[in-house]
Amino acid sequence: MSIKVRYFASLGAQVGRSESELAFTKTMTVRDVWQLDAIEKPIPDNVLAAINMEYADLDVQVQDGDEVAFFPPVTGG
Amino acid sequence: MKVKICSTAFNPWQEIQAYQTSLAAAAKFGATSIFIGTMRDYNEGDAVQSMTLDYYPGMTEKQLEKIIADAEQRWKIIDAYIVHRVGEIRPDDTIVLVAVWASHRGDAFDACRFIMEALKSTAPFWKKELLESGQTRWVEKNTDGYQKT
Repeated sequence: MSIKVRYFASLGAQVGRSESELAFTKTMTVRDVWQLDAIEKPIPDNVLAAINMEYADLDVQVQDGDEVAFFPPVTGG
Repeated sequence: MKVKICSTAFNPWQEIQAYQTSLAAAAKFGATSIFIGTMRDYNEGDAVQSMTLDYYPGMTEKQLEKIIADAEQRWKIIDAYIVHRVGEIRPDDTIVLVAVWASHRGDAFDACRFIMEALKSTAPFWKKELLESGQTRWVEKNTDGYQKT
C-alpha cells in the first residue's frame, strides 16, 4: 500500500521537499504519516492536515491511495 | 454559485458586473453585499514590496465551494461569487472578492461576512512577503480583522 504525502508553504522548506510517496504495510494515522515521512522533524503544534483534499484530524487512519497533505495555518484573503 | 482562482490581476468591479449580468435571478434580488480585499504595502511594521500567494489546487476550490454551501444553509441567499488571486501580487492589487446576492440586506451582509471570515480561517492559501529590505517571510497568521490600537 502507498500514499502520496504533500507539504505546503513553510512546511515544504522545513521538511525539505514538497511531496513524496510513502509505502506502508500496517494501519497508520495521519500523525504516523508525518512521523514516518518527515523523519526527525517534530510535528508542529499548529499543523493542519487533509486527506484527499478535505480537512482531517491527526488521529484519522489513512487508506491505500490517499493523498495526505500537511500545511501551516492558512493566510489567504 | 461560482469560485474562481486567478493567477493574473483582475478588476473586481468588472467581475461583479459580468457575474451579475449572467444571473438568471435578475429582478429577484434586492440586496448585493460585496467585500474586496486589497494588498497593503506594509505589514507588521515593515514595508512590503510584493507577495506570493500559494494555494492547494483542487482543495482550495473545494473548500471555497463548501464555505458557500455552508452560507446557503444558514442564510437565504440567491447566489454567491468568490474570486481569489494567487501567484505574485503587488501593493494595490485586489487579492479577494466576495459577492453575495439575496432578497434582503440582512442575509446578504451576514452571509458575505461569514464567507469572508471562513475563507480567512479555512481556505488553503498562504502568503509569502518580500519586504523592501529584500528579506522574505511567510505570513504566519491572519489578524482578527481590526486595526490594533
